[in-house]
Amino acid sequence: MSKAPAKSAPTSNKLQRRPFVAELMKHRGSGLVVTGLGSPTWDLFAAGDRPDNLYSWGGMGLAVPTALGLAMAQPGRRVLALTGDGEMMMGIGSLGVVADQAPANLAILVLDNETFSETGRQRGLTGSRVDLCAVARGFGIRETMLVTEASQSSELADLLFKAPGPILAVAKIALSEDPWRLPEKDGAAIGRRFKISLGLEKP
Amino acid sequence: MAAKAAATPAHWSDDVFREMKARDIKTVCTIPDGGLTQLLKKVEADREMRLVTLSTEEEGMGVVVGQWAGGVRAMVAMQSSGVGNCINALGFPAAYRAPCLMLVTMRGQWGEFNPWQIQMGSAVRPALEAVGVRCFPVEKPDEIAETFAAAADMAFNSSISAAVLVSQRVIGAKGFGQK
Repeated sequence: MSKAPAKSAPTSNKLQRRPFVAELMKHRGSGLVVTGLGSPTWDLFAAGDRPDNLYSWGGMGLAVPTALGLAMAQPGRRVLALTGDGEMMMGIGSLGVVADQAPANLAILVLDNETFSETGRQRGLTGSRVDLCAVARGFGIRETMLVTEASQSSELADLLFKAPGPILAVAKIALSEDPWRLPEKDGAAIGRRFKISLGLEKP
Repeated sequence: MAAKAAATPAHWSDDVFREMKARDIKTVCTIPDGGLTQLLKKVEADREMRLVTLSTEEEGMGVVVGQWAGGVRAMVAMQSSGVGNCINALGFPAAYRAPCLMLVTMRGQWGEFNPWQIQMGSAVRPALEAVGVRCFPVEKPDEIAETFAAAADMAFNSSISAAVLVSQRVIGAKGFGQK
């Protein structure tokens, strides 16, 4: 007999996304960061605006493919995809593409609050039975890390910005009320500034 | 037999591959199609090029944006049924004003034998145009080189999305893509 979907339980996640992301970004060095739409974009901007932040405001499911394309184009630079659980689930097959291409300079961090928090906190799929680290390993991404405590930040930063990729980490973040921090939303301006920072376009 | 083989005209994919190389396209993302077989083999065999096998076609819109952001020219090759998977994702390169060049081998037209292909095949061009993609249909093998070149130049030089739609008339004429 099939069981009913797991009910959404009040999350026990403790990590506070804004200070957690800000702390990680202190270890970023010259790493490039691609964000998934919504909260991860606001989080990265709140941690400090930089021209080598490739923000996005749309294209749900495309954060990992975009970061993969960038990692392949810039093999000498570290690339981080910073996204959320819903965005990751929509593009879940792209983990197989990442494993197949095996870029050593690519890491993925999923900020997992088990909730579609941007659209009204509807329950997501990662709160009860879906284990994103296990899914990533099943796709062939061998290096994964589950983060539940802020004390793991230093180890996580080493993994995301230094260890041979591809890597996927999942950080179990709490639901929180954070002030809106919205970066530039003109994609052409975001892209142009990013390419100038890489020396690919003239200022 | 050797003389007969030598007299065989070049396959349309030779023309496309030559134009790709001339424009320094380094990466081809794909969900394969029977009609793309020869082209994808050439890409895979080329040491300067990279074939990226996707799990669904819309991932290609992300990969080409990432490649563009990192200074590399990339494109996506797919069957017409895959176009339907890409519609929302095509807003992504458009928002960044990044080039998105697509090579689409058509199904669902010109003598299709599989009724499951008809709906999407008929909708490819209006659906692409509805999301702002310029379409470049190719009905004859001798049109493909200049059509692909024009679409690629427009995509990369004007930073737009452009799709070359290769008719079953072309694919079928060489015996590919048809059962």
